[in-house]
Amino acid sequence: MSAATPRRPADGRDPVRALLRGVGAYLLVALVLAFFALPMLWLASAPFDRRPGITASLPDFTLANFARLWDNPNAVNSLASSLVLAVGSAVLVVALSALAAYALSRVHIRGRDGLLYALLLLSSIVTGTAAMVPIFLLAAELDLVDSYLGVILVLTGGLLPAAIFILKDFMDTTPRSYEESARVFGASPLRVLRDVVVPVVRPGLATVGVWTVAQVWGNFLIPFLLLRSPDKSPAAVVMYTFYTEGGQPDLALISTFSLLYSLPVVLMFLFVSRRYGFRLHGGIKA
Amino acid sequence: MADITLNRLAKVYPGGVRALSDLDLTVRDGEFFALLGPSGCGKSTLLRTLAGLEEATGGSVHIAGQDVTALPPGDRDIAMVFQDYALFPHMTVHENIAYPLKIKKVGKGERAAKARETAEELGLGHLGERRPGQLSGGQQQRAALARAMACHPRVFLFDEPLSNLDARMRLEARTFLKKLQRELGVTTVFVTHDQAEALAMADRVAVMESGALRQVGTPTEVFRRPASTFVASFIGSTPMNLLDGELVAGGGAVRVSGRELPVPDGARAHLKEGDEVVYGVRPEYLRWSERAVDAALSGTVSVVENLGSAHLVTLECDGGLGVQVVVPEEHEPAVGARGWAVPREDRALLYRDGELVGATPAEVPA
Repeated sequence: MSAATPRRPADGRDPVRALLRGVGAYLLVALVLAFFALPMLWLASAPFDRRPGITASLPDFTLANFARLWDNPNAVNSLASSLVLAVGSAVLVVALSALAAYALSRVHIRGRDGLLYALLLLSSIVTGTAAMVPIFLLAAELDLVDSYLGVILVLTGGLLPAAIFILKDFMDTTPRSYEESARVFGASPLRVLRDVVVPVVRPGLATVGVWTVAQVWGNFLIPFLLLRSPDKSPAAVVMYTFYTEGGQPDLALISTFSLLYSLPVVLMFLFVSRRYGFRLHGGIKA
Repeated sequence: MADITLNRLAKVYPGGVRALSDLDLTVRDGEFFALLGPSGCGKSTLLRTLAGLEEATGGSVHIAGQDVTALPPGDRDIAMVFQDYALFPHMTVHENIAYPLKIKKVGKGERAAKARETAEELGLGHLGERRPGQLSGGQQQRAALARAMACHPRVFLFDEPLSNLDARMRLEARTFLKKLQRELGVTTVFVTHDQAEALAMADRVAVMESGALRQVGTPTEVFRRPASTFVASFIGSTPMNLLDGELVAGGGAVRVSGRELPVPDGARAHLKEGDEVVYGVRPEYLRWSERAVDAALSGTVSVVENLGSAHLVTLECDGGLGVQVVVPEEHEPAVGARGWAVPREDRALLYRDGELVGATPAEVPA
């Protein structure tokens, strides 16, 4: 725009136009939101519908789907299974990655960063489908097939590199003088870790813990592979059994179960985010 | 009685970098002692070696007669205040102060009482329940001091205690620290790169350069008679004029920039005709004259800097030599004016090969 052209004030001068523009913008946002919210809406409505379809609609209200799910022997069990796997892995991942990240952050080893990147890369390429057969054979050799421990160890192994990577960054941003100060007062290394380092990096530990729970909660392949008895299967695997042999999904059961399956993770996120605020200070550096 | 004795203390880093080379030093009981030097001179390494955070690779450290060279930091009965104060961000001020006592397994009630009392002493009484992040820089420093005081150590170590404060707070904290140290009477070693801080606070100063002690003495001694040109140029808010000169026939005068200046008394016996020397005189010890004077440097005024109560005048001598003179406020010269700078004879110094001529053994560390 050249300086000679008289400029219209941005707002206030033409209220009708401004209003229309506002309505248009909100309408567009609402449409986009609705598109992305549809699956959520389905998840919220279908479980309460007598005859749920694959579209989101106002439900013909009923709680019968929940009663049916309650009678399914594996459904409730599977949530407990998921909990065991998720909590077990989270505890292991947090404890081990904290120790490893602390050491890697404080001790300078030649090629440390290279090692970390290699681990991160390998863990994201090799786990899952590509490593399916060797993992199963290894578990069989170690007598870990059909045990929670086997699943927890495999999942922990897969998640550790990324967890160490995230936590090392948190540890790096913690000033060394904190630890030295505690040392001068006579604190032992473990005491320093417990009294100073862990409380300071607590947001990082919470992040890694939540992330691990979410990862394990949604993992299908490893428990499907290693847990043979149906009563040990976690929720992600049990959901797979809610299909008829012909491959037809039982939408009532699947939607109801999906709701129950998602709720704990959502609640956990809300709780931890309120408690620790997810201060990802530092973040992941390139 | 907690004096500190260093005996040929050395620290060589694995890469072969020599941070401390064979230092001998005694810090007396109750003394406020400054380690002063430019960055990288080894002063922080020395402090950390005293604390036990760095291991000495040679020699020994004794505190109150006890060999602590191999002891871990916690067993040395010392307290250290770090440059960034290192207050634990997740603990309140009271918890921070009580932490050393907690490690020493002091009971909970006694710990809390002691923390409250120490906080009160340092004027932090009303801030006890705050976290370090909610305190100002000065309050954080006092909290860190309180934490160091609470466990009644034999020795305090301060790493750049004032560098994290703004300029005005720094002056206040300087006075406060000096008073506090005097009252507590605890042997204190602090590190600083600021010569004014060292001169103002310390009972004695050790000037360091590349891992060695260049001079140890009271602030007055170090200011008046720097043992080397390095110390001379490092100490003083306006650097000392160091002018190349030569001894004239008879050895009674030094020729600097074509002018003949008298040889200081202490140096006369050590020099002979033709010796190449450096004539050192502080800008404060040069008297300004607008009239020609015999034994004086002469030139034209090239720069006048206002110092508030005085002017720092740069005199361009014949031959291009620059000399700085502190001129009282009532005699402000004009740029381009002719002027004479008369050295105070008892404050002028001569250096040969970088060392003070006629220095007493006490002025030059072994």
